[in-house]
Amino acid sequence: MSSDTDAFITREEIDPTDEGPLSGRTVAVKDNISTAGVPTTCGSAMLADYVPPYDATVVERLKDAGARIVGKTNMDEFGMGTTTETSAFGPTDNPAAPGRVPGGSSGGSAAAVAAGEADLALGSDTGGSVRCPAAFCGVVGIKPTYGLVSRYGLVAYANSLEQIGPIAPTVQGAAELLEVIAGPDERDATTREHGAETAYASAADGDVDGLTIGVPTELVEGADEAVVEQFEAALEDFRVQGAETVEVSLPSVETAVQAYYVIAMGEASSNLARFDGVRYGPTAAATDDAEAGNWNDAFAAVREGFGEEVKRRILLGTYALSAGYHDKYYDKAQDARAWVRRDFAEAFETADVIASPTMPVPPFELGESLDDPLQMYLADANTVPVNLANLPAISVPAGETAEGPVGLQLVGEAFDERTIIRAASAVE
Amino acid sequence: MVDHEEVEHVASLARVDLDEAETERFAAQFDDILSYFEALDEVPEADAATELDNVFRPDEVREGLTQEEALANAPETEDGYFKGPNVS
Repeated sequence: MSSDTDAFITREEIDPTDEGPLSGRTVAVKDNISTAGVPTTCGSAMLADYVPPYDATVVERLKDAGARIVGKTNMDEFGMGTTTETSAFGPTDNPAAPGRVPGGSSGGSAAAVAAGEADLALGSDTGGSVRCPAAFCGVVGIKPTYGLVSRYGLVAYANSLEQIGPIAPTVQGAAELLEVIAGPDERDATTREHGAETAYASAADGDVDGLTIGVPTELVEGADEAVVEQFEAALEDFRVQGAETVEVSLPSVETAVQAYYVIAMGEASSNLARFDGVRYGPTAAATDDAEAGNWNDAFAAVREGFGEEVKRRILLGTYALSAGYHDKYYDKAQDARAWVRRDFAEAFETADVIASPTMPVPPFELGESLDDPLQMYLADANTVPVNLANLPAISVPAGETAEGPVGLQLVGEAFDERTIIRAASAVE
Repeated sequence: MVDHEEVEHVASLARVDLDEAETERFAAQFDDILSYFEALDEVPEADAATELDNVFRPDEVREGLTQEEALANAPETEDGYFKGPNVS
């Protein structure tokens, strides 16, 4: 790591392959997005020496659009964290609130943009991992609708939830980057036709006259007082500009965090089975167990190299999917996910966008929160419902508390990124 | 209650070695986390109807990784193959 904030795991330039809308711009790329010939570690000791033989689709699109990639950014190991402190390569400082975490898991990407070490950045968002660090670092982050951006070349954590998304100092900048990476990809069968021809940057015109903004009490009442104060000020700003704010109800969010963690951990336990020390990573073949023919023991010995948060999630996911517990945890989590989707659909009958604080709390002090995983999971209360419902959301800076920046989250209907970009541009 | 042995059992299913201290911590933490997950019991059953479609493309041969590229990250190889642990 090499800068004051330690935003990067690897600093290596990748040249553009063409001229385009991002010519002359620098982009930092989260280290779980594959870059041909440039190490991609996922913040894990298990991939410390891994060099991808191919580019992710989004990286190809960046290069074709004229962008210069300036490095690979620090992150919670495999995206599992809310602070970037679970990285095997050490923590990243928050340039907007020194001594505090930059948020996670795309903390390096948000910190690089906030510190001016890159013009733009890519993160990935499984349960808030673009929006949380954007909020904590005082920059803009977008989690696209599931299926808008190709995941080809993104190292999988929880496939059914995650999307790659842009981080930028302004709404306009984030929209420009989204425009470059969005659209169908034959290498990711979950991408849709949406986004191929859509202009996002032109939506950042600040016109919210007549817009209806829904405010779910469930996502506001538990938040820190100083955060709520900034949030209320943002709502007032909307009203002054001709938007209307209405109360909406999302009762299903009460079990969204539980559902999110059961599903994400279940998918993680399966996805991370590939790290067995045969195709990449530390060797499984040269251990004593391997020599003795204890195939499973040899794998288990290699997999001791995961960090503690990753082990915790693999084990809990294995538990929740195992015989006797599958119905109780995994099936019920799927019911809870369907409930969240229905709730949002009903709320969008009265509102054009749904607003809440992105994070219910200001950035934690570095080292403050590592001991209690459950407390950490609860901090994701406002971001995970969006992933469960496959919807787009943006986090835009909305003032500061004494402890650091506050983010305003705006959620839109599926593939209606233009409306949340427009709304966010009115209050930045 | 999640005890020491249960954590070790799940760890063996997942093929992940834990040290003694991790096993100890996980037993206490899993108790908290799984109790928290209990709230899912109250969730109303959902309609199983899905809006998903299969997405297919023609199964055509196209360029992939070369053998050398595919093996480049392997910690051990032999005669152009990945080398895994012995099977007794």
